[in-house]
Amino acid sequence: MTLEATLKRPPIVDDVQPSKLGPRAYLACFNGIVWREVLRYLNQSERFLSALVRPLVWLFGLGYGMRNALGMPIQQPYETYIPYTVYMVPGLVGMILLFNAMQSSLSMVYDRETGAMRTLLVSPFPRSFLLVSKLFGGITVAVLQVYAFLAFIWLFGRASAALGATEFLDIDIPWQGYLSILPAVVLSGLMLGSFALFLSSAIKQLENFAGVMNYVIFPMIFFSTSLNPLWRIKEGSETLWNVARFNPFTHVVELIRFAFYSQIGPTDPARGLDPTHLAVVVGCTALFLLGAIYAYNPSKGLIGRRGGPGGTGG
Amino acid sequence: MNVHTASATSTSENTPSVPALEVAGVSHSFGANKVLDNVSLSVPRGAMVVLLGLNGAGKSTLFALITRLYDNVSGAIRILGEDVRRKPTVALQRLGVVFQSRTLDTDLTLAQNLTYHAALHGLSGREARARAQRALDIVGLGEKAKTTVRTLSGGQSRRVEIARSLLHRPGLLLLDEATVGLDIGSRESVLKIVRNLAATEGLGVLWATHLIDEVAPTDLVVVLHKGRILYTGGVPGLLAQTKAESLSDAFRILTGTASGSKAKAEAAS
Repeated sequence: MTLEATLKRPPIVDDVQPSKLGPRAYLACFNGIVWREVLRYLNQSERFLSALVRPLVWLFGLGYGMRNALGMPIQQPYETYIPYTVYMVPGLVGMILLFNAMQSSLSMVYDRETGAMRTLLVSPFPRSFLLVSKLFGGITVAVLQVYAFLAFIWLFGRASAALGATEFLDIDIPWQGYLSILPAVVLSGLMLGSFALFLSSAIKQLENFAGVMNYVIFPMIFFSTSLNPLWRIKEGSETLWNVARFNPFTHVVELIRFAFYSQIGPTDPARGLDPTHLAVVVGCTALFLLGAIYAYNPSKGLIGRRGGPGGTGG
Repeated sequence: MNVHTASATSTSENTPSVPALEVAGVSHSFGANKVLDNVSLSVPRGAMVVLLGLNGAGKSTLFALITRLYDNVSGAIRILGEDVRRKPTVALQRLGVVFQSRTLDTDLTLAQNLTYHAALHGLSGREARARAQRALDIVGLGEKAKTTVRTLSGGQSRRVEIARSLLHRPGLLLLDEATVGLDIGSRESVLKIVRNLAATEGLGVLWATHLIDEVAPTDLVVVLHKGRILYTGGVPGLLAQTKAESLSDAFRILTGTASGSKAKAEAAS
């Protein structure tokens, strides 16, 4: 029987035992969740624009504005003196990932409040798989945002140079760097997404989450190496240096910074990536992910104890 | 008060012995607050069972347990004989749900919403699209497949959610306050579609509501009040037990809201 004939008038109710969910079913579910996140993102043009404008404001306002006051000496992984704008780029990529992770969690809190989260969680697939798929949906969006940001910088530098303003040409990333950051971006997105997911499980209402955004995002960015290297922070304050050292976001930024210059792996031990960054990001990813899965577990997690998700009276 | 605890029985002689839903001795608490107390009920296949209760009776909590949003720690919940806690994958494959809150993506089209849900059940490609179209045809919205949900009325959105719940061919359909916020015409339309699904497709339906006028004389009724089941059975049995002339009077007598809380009960009807 052809597929068309089978589907001509399929039954609404199947009496047969449902088939086991095989790899193709898992793939269909994963693709469906990721595709929905991308579709939602593409339908929200203001979200796309704000994700692009935010790091650009930092780059042009702080980076180019303060470039002459904030010179950078030679340091790993850079081979020469760099302008401050070049130093900022990995931190801004990290910032895009952080904001996107928080935005995804914001949408999960919203989904919980509106009940849309329930439709995801009543799927027959394991909840851990559903949550990881949802995370990858958010990461896919984040990757699109990161490359849109990098493409804008590249195009803007060349377009302004053609018009005679060469000062915006200073961010010159080797072409391999655009490819080699991808694994670091995905891993960092997974870490920050898991962290935000765990955070969302502990937050009951959207209004509370807005407060946490202020208490989480900005401290994570400012108390890290996204705007200043560790040694310079140490010169200013030993206490802040210790905070920055133990801030997981520092390790995200450094992982991306070294990945830009293809320094992941034993290419040159003298200038290579400190394995601590990779280990911290991997470790934190595992920790936060387990926390999020635990929190969304119906028998043990915070959601069940509290009466969520999207709990309504009646 | 004589509390009727027998399982609701089917009106059809041809109904298979395994019920679409069986809830046996389920209790649930949030902290010290016990919201469900030894709840037992049964939904035969091909029958529509109305779960009647005031706001706060425990209906949504019961639904959350059936859908495994959180686990039942006492008693058992079985969907077509499969225990929700022990075999969640198989049980949830047989379950379709329409939640009280609106859960469609308003920026996406009807077809995109439905194919997303099909993916959540492992379906993709042409099969998912064909099932989505068929489900939309059943609820009378086949021609709107490519329009965005934002353009639909409240009643039409509900019908899309019903279509969505049918995509994976479930044996049990749960609807939690599905007509809240709808006008009378839309309510009747949604009810008609659901009754028709139960009658013609053999779907077991558990319809939770606080609106007494949604109960038809042939429906099976479960009255849930303050977390306890006060009655399960047919409408004639409920009228006979309470010696009431109307269903709303019977509900008030059964729940003890006949006096004092009369306004509350009237609001419920």
